[in-house]
Amino acid sequence: MASAIKPGESYGFFTDTSICIGCKACEVACKEWNQLEGNDPKFLADSFDNTGQLDDQNWRHVKFIDNVPDQSVDAGNGKAWLMMSDVCKHCKHASCMDVCPTGAIIRTEFNSVFIQQDACNGCRNCIAACPYSVIAINPKTGTAHKCTLCYDRLQDGLQPACAKACPTQSIQFGPLAELQQAADVRLAALHSQGVTQAELYGRDDKVYGGLNAFFLLMDKPEAYGLPNADNAGLPSRNDLGGYIAALITAVLGTIAGIVAFRRRGTS
Amino acid sequence: MYLAAEHFVRAPQWTWYILGYFFFAGLSGGSYALATLLRLVGDARDEAAARIGFYASFLTLLVCPVLLTADLGVWTRFWHMLVNVTPGDPGLNFTYGSPMSVGAWVLFVFGLFAAVSALEAFVLDRRGRSTSSAGPARPLGGVLGRGFNIAGGILALFFASYTGVLLSVSNQPIWSDTWMLGGLFLASGLSGSAALIALLTRYRADAVFSLGRLNEADGYFSILELVLLVAFFITIVAAGTASLTLPWFPLWVLALVGIASPLVAARGHMRIRPAGGSAVIARAGTDTLVVSVLVLLGVLALRAAVIFSAQ
Ligand code: SF4
Ligand code: SF4
Repeated sequence: MASAIKPGESYGFFTDTSICIGCKACEVACKEWNQLEGNDPKFLADSFDNTGQLDDQNWRHVKFIDNVPDQSVDAGNGKAWLMMSDVCKHCKHASCMDVCPTGAIIRTEFNSVFIQQDACNGCRNCIAACPYSVIAINPKTGTAHKCTLCYDRLQDGLQPACAKACPTQSIQFGPLAELQQAADVRLAALHSQGVTQAELYGRDDKVYGGLNAFFLLMDKPEAYGLPNADNAGLPSRNDLGGYIAALITAVLGTIAGIVAFRRRGTS
Repeated sequence: MYLAAEHFVRAPQWTWYILGYFFFAGLSGGSYALATLLRLVGDARDEAAARIGFYASFLTLLVCPVLLTADLGVWTRFWHMLVNVTPGDPGLNFTYGSPMSVGAWVLFVFGLFAAVSALEAFVLDRRGRSTSSAGPARPLGGVLGRGFNIAGGILALFFASYTGVLLSVSNQPIWSDTWMLGGLFLASGLSGSAALIALLTRYRADAVFSLGRLNEADGYFSILELVLLVAFFITIVAAGTASLTLPWFPLWVLALVGIASPLVAARGHMRIRPAGGSAVIARAGTDTLVVSVLVLLGVLALRAAVIFSAQ
């Protein structure tokens, strides 16, 4: 990322999973910079992944998805792991912002999604809403935590810690328009090499109006635990239907009450 | 709502406090709505049961903010629901697309209505006046009083139902796969409230007059609830998430028992007629106790089943 970081411009991550080597440098750099203590170490018996999930202590999580076929394949034709450094997507239409009742979740001058720790009251509505299982409550503060896109670093003109630490440039940080261009070039290159399964996720507006942190995937989004475009709905999609069903019930309930209670000489 | 919905979302861990809140919110809103109907469309002799409803609404409401606040990660910030503390953006918080935000305001405003109506009922009872709803000495009489009760009743219906919409406005399995929860919680809240008021008529002789009407209403509410429950299951079967309800089968059965009880009771054998002797009334009292307890358990079980099935 060559250009200076300017408020008022949209920034994000382009995470190219095809070149992730699963080193977890991003996880470490994130914890280091953001002073996250981390969870107690646990053996999850699940591939090389002992982080497990994104949560209040893990704002980057390298997913190891076992994609090894049961039967052996020809030499040079094997598949091993899908690796993906997952993070808050800083969604353009963010489900978490959609429902937060306190206004704690704001969009910053860098167009990232940020939880104000002194405003959050720990109601957990954003947790119920985020379709990517990004947010979790920190038991010590009682508030909701997630990736800040290193808001403090951006304010000082520094790129986020994870992107800086990534040795393969699987995680690229920059102005969104530049990242989208780079992603298009990379996808075209992979397709021309016959890697037809490669696809971009969140590059266009099909999921949540576009993701500021978008991905190049080597399989379908579902294989990575990401909802596909058909399933990427904002919580507020259910407002109208839910209220209409409640309203119809209220009208019928009132009529039922009137029928049962209406004035009569005897009862 | 989607066919074959996929969910990769974390559960918010809304458990016991929220279950309690949903239960009491349903009863508080339902009791106020029924009390208003009893007062406005009922016989003058229904006023005693209406007052029971206003008391029940206020008392069940008192628990609600306590449970909600206790569930917060930082309970001292409960007021952040209403007031925006973002630097440079002071003012009140109201996010119309977030039922939690709208609900916080409705809890606050409806709380005032419930308190005033309960206070009015108390003043009327203290005066020892006749239970007639007419008369100039009513603190909130006439058109103003009726308007007050109707406004409170509308808020009450919202209060009893929005908790279901709140669950749907998420990305959780089951909850977000259906539009039925708001209606379902409302129908169940009305049914539970009819049962609660009926139960409380045991402690107020002049309210026994309304018992038959309450049972009849409870029967209608149960039919409504049953229809909504069927619609709820159809939608989550279509979304492919119905299997998540299986571990909570006993709770669903208890909810169904709660729905079925008033249907049996409303067939007429519990109706108190002015000519009925004391034996009939005593028998009805026992039946009311059993049915009301089953209905209230059903109200609780329904909410528990919905809450826990998704998490
Ligand atoms: S990924 Fe989740 S937490 Fe991040 S902006 Fe989107 S909805 Fe919010
Ligand atoms: S937990 Fe905090 S950030 Fe999340 S919805 Fe509640 S107040 Fe907003």
